[in-house]
Amino acid sequence: MILHFIILLPLLAALAIWLGAPGRITSVIAAGVNLLLTLGLLVQYQGLGNNGEMAFINGFTVLSEPHIQFAVGADGISLVLTLLTTLVTLAALWSTVGKDRIYYIASLLISGGALGAFLCTDLFFIYAFHELALIPTFLMIALYGYGERRAIAWKITIYLGAGSLILLAGLSGLVWLCSPDHKITFDLLALEPVKAGSGYPTWWVEATYFTLLIGFGTLVSLFPFHSWAAPAYAAAPTPVAMLHAGVLKKFGLYGLIRIAMPLLPEAAQAQWIQHALLYMLLGNILVMGLVTIQQRRLDGLLGNSSVMHMGYVFLGLAAGNSLGMNGALLLMFAHGISIALLFLLCGKLRNQAGTLEFDKLGGLAGNAPFLGLVFGIATFASIGLPGLANFAGEVLVFLGAFKDFDVKTGFTFLQIATILSLWGVVISAVYMLRAYRKIFFGKAASGIFVSDPSISQRIPLIVLAAVLLVVGCQPGLLLSLLESSLNLLAGK
Amino acid sequence: MNTLTLELGLGVLGLLLLVAESFRGFKCPKDAGPLLPLCKLLEVAGRISKKGIAYVAILGLFVALILLVTGLCKCPLPDSLAGFYAVDRLALFYKGLALISTLVVLILSLEYAPVVNQFVSAKPEQTKDAGLGEFFCLPLFVCVGMMVMASAIDIITIFVALELVTVSFYTLVAFLRRNALSLEAGVKYLILGALSTGLLVYGIAWLYGLTGETTLVGISAKLQSWEGSVAGPLFAGALVLAGLGFKVAAVPFQIWVPDVYQGAPTPVTAFLSVGSKAAGVVVFTRVFESFVAPNSVLQAPIIQFILILAGLTIVVGNFAAVAQTNFKRLLAYSSIAHAGFILLALASRHGVVGFSPSEIAAFYLATYLPMTFICFLVMSAARAQGLSDDIVSYTGLARRCPVLAAILMLALAALAGLPFTAGFMGKMLVIYSAAYDGSYLALAMAVVGAVTGFYYYFKVILVLYAKPEGDTPAIKLNRLSRVTMGVLALAIIVIGVYPNAVQYVLKGKDKAAITAVTPHAQH
Repeated sequence: MILHFIILLPLLAALAIWLGAPGRITSVIAAGVNLLLTLGLLVQYQGLGNNGEMAFINGFTVLSEPHIQFAVGADGISLVLTLLTTLVTLAALWSTVGKDRIYYIASLLISGGALGAFLCTDLFFIYAFHELALIPTFLMIALYGYGERRAIAWKITIYLGAGSLILLAGLSGLVWLCSPDHKITFDLLALEPVKAGSGYPTWWVEATYFTLLIGFGTLVSLFPFHSWAAPAYAAAPTPVAMLHAGVLKKFGLYGLIRIAMPLLPEAAQAQWIQHALLYMLLGNILVMGLVTIQQRRLDGLLGNSSVMHMGYVFLGLAAGNSLGMNGALLLMFAHGISIALLFLLCGKLRNQAGTLEFDKLGGLAGNAPFLGLVFGIATFASIGLPGLANFAGEVLVFLGAFKDFDVKTGFTFLQIATILSLWGVVISAVYMLRAYRKIFFGKAASGIFVSDPSISQRIPLIVLAAVLLVVGCQPGLLLSLLESSLNLLAGK
Repeated sequence: MNTLTLELGLGVLGLLLLVAESFRGFKCPKDAGPLLPLCKLLEVAGRISKKGIAYVAILGLFVALILLVTGLCKCPLPDSLAGFYAVDRLALFYKGLALISTLVVLILSLEYAPVVNQFVSAKPEQTKDAGLGEFFCLPLFVCVGMMVMASAIDIITIFVALELVTVSFYTLVAFLRRNALSLEAGVKYLILGALSTGLLVYGIAWLYGLTGETTLVGISAKLQSWEGSVAGPLFAGALVLAGLGFKVAAVPFQIWVPDVYQGAPTPVTAFLSVGSKAAGVVVFTRVFESFVAPNSVLQAPIIQFILILAGLTIVVGNFAAVAQTNFKRLLAYSSIAHAGFILLALASRHGVVGFSPSEIAAFYLATYLPMTFICFLVMSAARAQGLSDDIVSYTGLARRCPVLAAILMLALAALAGLPFTAGFMGKMLVIYSAAYDGSYLALAMAVVGAVTGFYYYFKVILVLYAKPEGDTPAIKLNRLSRVTMGVLALAIIVIGVYPNAVQYVLKGKDKAAITAVTPHAQH
């Protein structure tokens, strides 16, 4: 029941605000309670012996045939992502002051949808909750966005709508293949992996996996299905950008890790799929990296960089071994926190400076040393400097991808891709450091005055930056949770 | 009491109300002699106001619905009716749909009353309720027709019931006799309706000529043991299905839909879009099922035929809807698109565990009913208060009436098929069924259509929440409509979140009991 409560709390809070409850207070309380509950669950889960199994299982049937139930359950993976969601939600809502009620409602709906997607164990509800979270994203961009908001809102709606339907098609195929004894069930825990000798033609299984890869991939802005992401994040209101880039986008990766890879393990390793994935992720890292260097505005830069960094996570998935998968999940968490922090800072700059163009900004650290410091931490995290969370994730991904190197056989495509991907670190250093320099250092821009936020508004910035540091120095905190659950999934 | 008595009772109620209406203001003369009691009765009946007629009709329908739901009207029918009239679960389900949609249509009509007065009366400023009596009575006859259609298993019964519905609609569509659009719609509906009836009768004649049977069971049996050329049965079957295709608005028999929907009075449009379609679907289901029984000579060609029509219907309906600027026309095309999904459900013979093809179609209609009616309810009230049917005129509705806008948004989201709304469950079942059937071309068309749907429904939602230019008036609903709207909105969410409810109604207790929680593993 506790997981049901965590999922429904933001939705109920949204309803309360719609009916007239004060926006900010209600939403911050709901998000705070959710964060505390998540921390409590993490402690409790550790106490269960940390064998990586699903805990807190509960559910009730909503349709008996075909069997669909509102079932929930959490293991280390879900809990880490739940922690990410609740952290970013609280930060986003805390920083939203004096906006229309619809801001709080939309943020809570996105948060509730993401929590539902991460905590449900029924494919129907996983899909439905993700979809529920997408809708407010579209509406907020269309109604309260910046720039060409209408056109961009349509683009993301149609892009992600199509992605979701491809995903739905893939999931239909998956349910058909994996249901025990052909008795259709949507219960993730009851579905059985398709192994060789199951009697299904290989091409059929592989086609299903590929459909899932494209469907989930579109949601994560896998190259070449990425072009919705950067404009959408640039146009989105700050809390929406934080929640979508930080949290919701991770759903596609979560789906691959939790659903597609364990249930179709052999298709995931098929050579042509591996190669296709490697080409696509190289597109993310190298092509999008170069595109990012070209950006002249902070919002465009952050949007594109978030597309680029997804490439590393995919590299971890392509490696497929324990190191790579652990790294991928750790990186998902770290990237979620760091990009949310960056979008939060970006929103503050937009409000005060009125522009995000590098040429018009400069020397802001003089008046706003605190913002400069936090931006610095987020920048270094984003580049992958040791001591910050992203580093731990990226290192594990690279090690995992390079692990099976054999001197006799030479480089495989995976290892070549890894070597090429390493250049991405250099690329991100180029654009992030340049952005940092242009905004916060150098000659002070005339006519632009940016001051540090109030003490109360510093809290979310401090919390997010602290999480980056703590996880960076002690990645074991999260890895201990992830590892056993991942092993269990891999052995399924 | 059995269901046929229930239907006859409703018909008699309609006639009585018509009589009462025609004796309005009647004064009983002193020298009536032996007729005095009757005369007095008519005088009393004549005192019922025109809106009173609607309330009596609503009450009657409500009582009928309760009788149906509680199973009080399930007494066995006389044997002489076997083969003509069946009371199975499907029939009961569709009878319920017919009653509910007539009920809601009457509530809509009450909201819409000022518009009827405006376009029926020669001097609308001086009258208040011209033409309303008939406007409230006719839906009862349509309801009777639809309820008989739900049970009809003989082509003659089908034809008679269908004509009762269609003829009543001829009048209803053209009801605003001083409005050119309504008259145009009436003429178009009359001509194309007559054409479809012609096709149907011709097909029926062929079927009878070929098989010597009028019952669907008999025809199905003959088709299963058919020896000889398939051309005759195929021609007959195609004609019958084409005639029914008009009723459910399937491509290529959908041409009448946009104009008729736009011109007809809004409650009548709603009735056409939900009630008439549901009745068309149940007849289509029964006829189609009897054609495609296993071993039937028509099985393969007819399924192929309907699959193609279903795919085309979805694509045409959705694509044409994109360009619409009039809300009613948009819903007209959307209704075509949804008809495509229903046909796809019927033609995907595999079904889904727990749902046969005809049950998926019935489920889909149950999801379609609340979301469509909410749109038309808002439109009726808006029209009565002077707003046009153009989408633009709803700009910024959210600021004036946040609850109304939110409910309308819910309905549109459900039409688009968003999760946790009824629309998603319906679409999901259809898509799964088509996928497991292997009808990939139709499936692809359905997916493309569903994506397109997102675009035009969301366009309306964005308009609702956009900043209004100038002063947009609020839309006020009377109390009955507000309650109805709340119930329909609740239905959208309940079906979306707890579809077991509909499965229970469809299949009864034994199939879909609420099962207790079974944890997968203990920790």
